[in-house]
Amino acid sequence: MKRLFKYIWRYKFLYIIPVFSMLVAVGLDMFNPIVSQKIIDDVILGGEHEKLARLLFAFLGITAGRASFGYLRNYFFDYAGSKISVEIRTDLFNHIQKLPFSYFDNVNTGEIMARTTEDVHTIWTTLAFALRAFSEQILYLIIATILLFTTEWKLALLTFCIMPLLLYLAFKLEKKISAAFGALSDQNADLNTCAQENLAGVRVVKAFGREQYEIKKFFRENEGYCQRNIDVAKIWSKYHPGIEFISNFILVLVISVGGMFVVRSQLTLGELVKFNGYVMMLVWPMRMLGFLTNMLARCNASAKKIAKIMAIEPTITSPKDAVVPKEFKGHVVFENVSFKYNDEYVLQDININAPPGSTIAIMGTTGAGKSSIINLIGRYYDCTEGRILVDGIDVKKMDLQALRNNIAVVMQDTFLFSDTLYENITFGVDNFADKDFQEAVADAQVEEFVQELEDGYETIVGERGVGLSGGQKQRVSIARALLKKSKVLILDDATSALDMETEYLIQQALEKRKVTKFIIAHRISAVKNADEILIVENGRIVERGTHESLLRRKGKYYAIYREQFKDFADLQKEVI
Amino acid sequence: MARNTFRQDEQLQETLNIVTVIRLFSYLKPYKMEVIKVMALMAVVVTVSLVSPLLMRKAINDFIANANLKGLALLGLIMTGIYAASMICSRYRIMIMSVVSSKILMKIRQDLFNHIQKLSFAFFDSRPVGKILARIMGDVNSLGELFTTSVTNLIPEAVMLVAVVSIMMWLNWKLGLMALIMLPILSVAIFIIRTVSRKRWQDFRKKRSNLSAYVHEDYSGIRVVQSFAREQKTEGIFAELSHNVANAFISAIKVANTFGMTAELCWGIGTVIVFWYGTRLLIAGEILIGDLVAFTGYIGMFWQPIMNLTNFYNNLITNLAGAERIFEIMDIEPDIVNRPGAVELPPIKGEVIFDHVTFAYEGDEYVLKDINFQIKPGETIALVGHTGSGKTTIVNLISRFYDVTHGRVLIDGYDVRDVTLESLRRQMGIMTQDTFMFSGSIMDNIRYGRLDATDDEVIAAAKAVKAHDFIIKLDKGYHTDANERGARLSAGQRQLIALARALLADPRILILDEATASIDTQTEMLVQEALNTIFKGRTSFVIAHRLSTIRNADRIFVVDDGQIKEVGNHNQLLAKKGLYYQLYMAQYRFLGAGA
Repeated sequence: MKRLFKYIWRYKFLYIIPVFSMLVAVGLDMFNPIVSQKIIDDVILGGEHEKLARLLFAFLGITAGRASFGYLRNYFFDYAGSKISVEIRTDLFNHIQKLPFSYFDNVNTGEIMARTTEDVHTIWTTLAFALRAFSEQILYLIIATILLFTTEWKLALLTFCIMPLLLYLAFKLEKKISAAFGALSDQNADLNTCAQENLAGVRVVKAFGREQYEIKKFFRENEGYCQRNIDVAKIWSKYHPGIEFISNFILVLVISVGGMFVVRSQLTLGELVKFNGYVMMLVWPMRMLGFLTNMLARCNASAKKIAKIMAIEPTITSPKDAVVPKEFKGHVVFENVSFKYNDEYVLQDININAPPGSTIAIMGTTGAGKSSIINLIGRYYDCTEGRILVDGIDVKKMDLQALRNNIAVVMQDTFLFSDTLYENITFGVDNFADKDFQEAVADAQVEEFVQELEDGYETIVGERGVGLSGGQKQRVSIARALLKKSKVLILDDATSALDMETEYLIQQALEKRKVTKFIIAHRISAVKNADEILIVENGRIVERGTHESLLRRKGKYYAIYREQFKDFADLQKEVI
Repeated sequence: MARNTFRQDEQLQETLNIVTVIRLFSYLKPYKMEVIKVMALMAVVVTVSLVSPLLMRKAINDFIANANLKGLALLGLIMTGIYAASMICSRYRIMIMSVVSSKILMKIRQDLFNHIQKLSFAFFDSRPVGKILARIMGDVNSLGELFTTSVTNLIPEAVMLVAVVSIMMWLNWKLGLMALIMLPILSVAIFIIRTVSRKRWQDFRKKRSNLSAYVHEDYSGIRVVQSFAREQKTEGIFAELSHNVANAFISAIKVANTFGMTAELCWGIGTVIVFWYGTRLLIAGEILIGDLVAFTGYIGMFWQPIMNLTNFYNNLITNLAGAERIFEIMDIEPDIVNRPGAVELPPIKGEVIFDHVTFAYEGDEYVLKDINFQIKPGETIALVGHTGSGKTTIVNLISRFYDVTHGRVLIDGYDVRDVTLESLRRQMGIMTQDTFMFSGSIMDNIRYGRLDATDDEVIAAAKAVKAHDFIIKLDKGYHTDANERGARLSAGQRQLIALARALLADPRILILDEATASIDTQTEMLVQEALNTIFKGRTSFVIAHRLSTIRNADRIFVVDDGQIKEVGNHNQLLAKKGLYYQLYMAQYRFLGAGA
């Protein structure tokens, strides 16, 4: 809530017009009853017919003014609300984008999506409508109060004796319903997650014919959501009629007690009628109080959820006086690096020296820590012990943007955006020469299959590259990395879905590029020409050397080699 | 079918408004009793609000003017009593109505979700997840208030309106007609505004849907965004999409505000007409002063419900846009469904026949061209070929993820289109290229293959594919959260889990699409051994690039450009020195070239 007010405060100037319009509209609203009264009293009852035309014009003018200022008020309140919620949404999105990989490892996409879309929408609705209604009702309340006290202060005081009770109810309502809205917002996120997973994993769902199971799973969340809604309604049904009763009771009280005053001649009948009219003005905002409390509580619940995300400090950021290297050479050094994840060592004592232009290949069993090593270079995670130096500078002291700009990664898990192939390939760069594009798509063997597509590079690929085969997706993501032309290139098992021939062609093309390369691969053919091959097991480097030296060593590398090439030996026998 | 992205608005079929409304309100049908109850309760509340001004007047005119304190006190008590009664009624009304509307929303959402489950891949291929999600979540939520307000406001307001109009007509029909004169004008204005309004709200929802699609993509692909340090670019796109939503909202709300302004102006003019005409009637002596005064009171009561109804209508238009988007999806006929008269596929042996199969995803871009083969039960078939040659498409047709364009796919002599989908897919174990993990434990993820499997069976399956060792090393073993897409597991580990999942289904036909691509050689050797045992007695299709995986297949199909170019076992194909030989040798060429 506090944060919300900060946003509103920032846009205070946007509220000048609507607040002014509101004041005028409310002011005009006060005149209409006077005019109608005059028509009835003077014209109809008093027979002063010549006044009619003038009064009717006044009435029309006031109505037109009220309608136009009302329009302005609504429009600008909505406008300001939109502006603010756009800003909140953008801030939230930008903040989430800054959070480290480890945050995304533990959160469901569906949940943060719900926060960015639904929760912000709730705030939006509140800002556009509730804020306006709230300030207007307060205005009415103030005016009515002043009028009441100037008419008959004793009676007014009596009316206000009831107010604390009303406030107490509103306060209780807010407290209880806030918690219920919090639960509702969470359930909304769960429901969203459930649906999102189902849609994103639809291939697995269908492959196993699990539609019924998914339907049941969704039903549980859906029912839960329904229940949370009912919970909110229960609280609402408990307090809202009470608030309404009290506001009605005030009317009864005014008439009864006011009637007594009239009988005792402390008040004229006319004054009582007027007083009653003012109390009516007071009662309406009081009734609205319930609705507004309701809306504000809901908004508050959503704002809290958002604030919770905003409060997560991005742990991986540029330091204050970050170094921005003038020229990047691509010298990567690991110095006694260890890395803990969830309090467990994933990597221990890693030492690597990769001079500019060299190729480091990493092999190892599934889950040995290969990806973790390369994830530390671009600071997707921060190492726990030791240092990683790029061109002699600790990566933690370097400007993050500059660091990542100079590293190109092809991730194991290929991700393409649902967009054209062209947009996907050029995702990583702002400016590039046409020649570079041609080179990248040729080297990544993308050109070959794109030629056959009807729309060429304008072909839209679905989310995660639907419509492309696994190998084609990998090729596109390789092209995306190559176009960046950075000094460090990281390929994390980037060719696993490629056929041997295509893989070979890509490897040859990569050989030509004189940049520092880290290659994670399982095939000997992919790592053979590396300057150094590392064999990783349980987070440690257990073997290292060139292809030849490792073969001579007859260790793990040799075993892999034997397994992969035993056919080759057989084949040579057969064919030759 | 063209694919849709976050950049483009979705196309919506124009439906008649009224059809949507009727369809929407048909959801109220099962709640007839509740609706009647709510109306009865509403009747009490409305009566109280109608009667109380009368009582108030009585208090002033009779008791206070005549100094009847006793009467005044009694009236006060009576009024307090009826207000209390009204309070209780309104409490039950709120409760019943919110239960009804929550349940209806649940039903609509569930119907939508269930329907989406029936749709084929073609549907999912053509639009981003975020957009489908926007309909299930945002669009359904937008209907929230609709049912409550329609039942609780629409009817009482309408009753009120009719009552007031009758009274006015009864008092003086000429003046009554004059009071109504603004109504046709208001209706015309509203009608004109409505057309614009609907379009703009539709537009707002489309923009919201685009935003939702982008948010989903960005969060799913956050690792790519961050590793390319492209936050500024994505922030730019996001800001633009957000502004589009805001602008669409503002342009729609402008119309909605015009609605309010128009109604208010009509009220003003209508009132002026009554005053003016009433005074003329008074001068002409056609009406008594008292009647005119009463009339001016009723004119206020007449416009209040009209304003409220206008508001309600406005609200309806706003949210109808959401309903239209929901029904649009519900109206998509699932293209892969059980045929009428589809039979249960009996337990199969596993014979698979492709009979002149041709297939195109879209239009006439044929991905498969006249594929013919017959596979005996228990055979292991390896599919090899360049990426994009059509291997995955072939296996997708066996499990009927898509329907063939021409020709037939037969399993044990049954055309796959003639048997029920459930009975077909139940007998298959498919491991797709996409090793999707659901949030939940690893245990649950493996169990997804067969829901009634015991823990021991799950563990046995994991052991069979050599996943057991790494699983028990995780902090919570089998109960470790896998998390969506298995972010905390390595790609190889995810593949092992997916493999265990497919195996647990104990299928007659096993399909492995690049099942071991990310697994290292040592683990793969072990897995391969396990697979050889698993393949026994099952018809298996294996798509792989690694030699070790395909070498042991009974037959190898070399797929190229949508056709099967070569068939034979490893040795036969090598001897042939054709495509397979080339593919195979590529692996060693690099070695040869470098050495």
